[in-house]
Amino acid sequence: MSSPILSLNGLAKSFGALKVTDGVTLDIAPGEIHAVIGPNGAGKTTLIGEITGEVPLDAGTVTFAGQDITRWPVHRRALAGLTRSFQITQVLPGFSVVENVATAAQAHDGSSFSFFRPAATERRLNDRAMTALAQVGLADRARSGAASLSHGEKRQLEIAMALVAEPRLLLLDEPMAGMGREETERMVDVLMALKGRYPMVLVEHDMHAVFRLADRISVLVYGRVIASGTPDQVRADPAVREAYLGEEEFA
Amino acid sequence: MADTALAAPTASPPLWRRWWLPALVFLALAVVPLIWPERFVLGLVSRAMIMGIAALSLDLILGYGAMVSFGHAAFLGLGAYAVAILFEHGIVEAGIAFPVAILVGATFALVTGAISLKTRGVYFIMITLAFGQMAFFTATSLSAYGGDDGLRMFHRSELFGTRILANEATFYFVVLGTLLGCYLLLKAIVASRFGRVLRGAKENERRMRALGFDPFRYRLAAYVISGAICALAGALFANLGLFVAPAYMTWQRSGEFIAMVVAGGMGTLHGAIIGAIGITLIEEWLAELTQHWKAIFGPLVVLVAIFARGGIVRLIDRGGR
Ligand SMILES: Nc1ncnc2c1ncn2[C@@H]1O[C@H](COP(=O)(O)OP(=O)(O)O)[C@@H](O)[C@H]1O
Ligand SMILES: [Mg+2]
Repeated sequence: MSSPILSLNGLAKSFGALKVTDGVTLDIAPGEIHAVIGPNGAGKTTLIGEITGEVPLDAGTVTFAGQDITRWPVHRRALAGLTRSFQITQVLPGFSVVENVATAAQAHDGSSFSFFRPAATERRLNDRAMTALAQVGLADRARSGAASLSHGEKRQLEIAMALVAEPRLLLLDEPMAGMGREETERMVDVLMALKGRYPMVLVEHDMHAVFRLADRISVLVYGRVIASGTPDQVRADPAVREAYLGEEEFA
Repeated sequence: MADTALAAPTASPPLWRRWWLPALVFLALAVVPLIWPERFVLGLVSRAMIMGIAALSLDLILGYGAMVSFGHAAFLGLGAYAVAILFEHGIVEAGIAFPVAILVGATFALVTGAISLKTRGVYFIMITLAFGQMAFFTATSLSAYGGDDGLRMFHRSELFGTRILANEATFYFVVLGTLLGCYLLLKAIVASRFGRVLRGAKENERRMRALGFDPFRYRLAAYVISGAICALAGALFANLGLFVAPAYMTWQRSGEFIAMVVAGGMGTLHGAIIGAIGITLIEEWLAELTQHWKAIFGPLVVLVAIFARGGIVRLIDRGGR
């Protein structure tokens, strides 16, 4: 195996008495989709936050593309290509859909200390934004206000914002949460199309989606990784069956 | 996707709809001296316009950056003192004194902003208030420059060696030109890449960090621009009354600036101008009617806040649809 794009080593985090991350050690290989599953409150979102720098660690190191980024602030990690989507969608509600994505593109396109040229007519940014919106199937909503989007569309918008950010690793926190069957299918298709182009850490509850997309799966329970392996290995793991997964999902 | 969609991808109202109100305001200000050439009127409207410049500068950080500065009058005072103190030392040239005033405002903003902007919300309000009070008390202790009583200027600043600013009408148009210049400058800034990041950080700071922006740097830069412009207003203000005093820097005046921006309509720029002119004229009118004008003025601001949510500008905007 070539050297991992992301290495987590001995991560630990407590909120008061609650150990929310408990000795997590994990490697993400280049090109793979690595799903992280586990019951609500297992610490999945917190783990994503530790990778992006939003949640300060008590112990452990985060190595990204060979660099120790444990002490880097959020924005610096993002500029280095660590790109996330949020479980609770985070868009710029007062901006149009295309301006949301153009803003994401702007972060990776030279300096933003430019004071006189109107940003809204910057062709290069807008073109990149429209391409990404087309990829996620949101091009026809480009001019709408982001606040007017449906829940599912906001999730698509988050993916589009991630795509223009020149990601070297995508961290997707429940990208299908709260979506209907049809929207979920569409999102799986979108992610399927991105598979191989970007390595991904995919936190997801929808087991159909996970088993269709993931190359490897890690199971997080009470902040601990209790199993990690290929979908078949995880499916067969008795500890996983007992601790977390309903039998019927493994049939 | 159609090519036209790329050219102007942000859904925006037609040009006339965005510009008619600011255009009307500036047109009205331009014809005032033709209709009322009296000294009193020119002086009063000049003052209103200078407050407009100060309110504009506050709108950049308040309306576009969600930074509630409660010490903005300090910048007005610093600009005014810079001009008056230089004058005291024989430097009467606006071409020197005004840039110095701007520089003083920018420097004070850089230092106090770097500290204040480490905090958010109510703490930011308190710390900017504290810095404002610091500037106020420093001014009262400047015994060499009048202390509490303030400092007089014997005449207006010279403009490139001439005394043309002494003429009320000329001064009026210089103030109007400065107001227009600041308005257009800020209009460009809020639409630029920089302005977009500033607005984005107000919309959703967490999202902006995740995109790779460090909001602090952009907020600090906006704060410095704001302080510089407000100090320029102060330089004009010193010239208007030929007088500076610590009273320019009271927290009440900082509160008034906030009231101007909020009443006019935050985050519109021309709203700040309308709010500043409106409040200045109403104050003047109420002060003539009664000594207790502040008792009327306070509730008036509250009423505007309640009934014209989003400010006068948005009220007019809704009426036009
Ligand atoms: N900032 C916080 N302060 C205190 N407790 C928190 C905080 N963030 C998360 N938690 C707790 O940590 C646990 C894990 O949360 P989370 O990472 O969101 O789990 P998951 O995403 O797996 O559902 C939960 O019990 C949650 O209440
Ligand atoms: Mg979660």
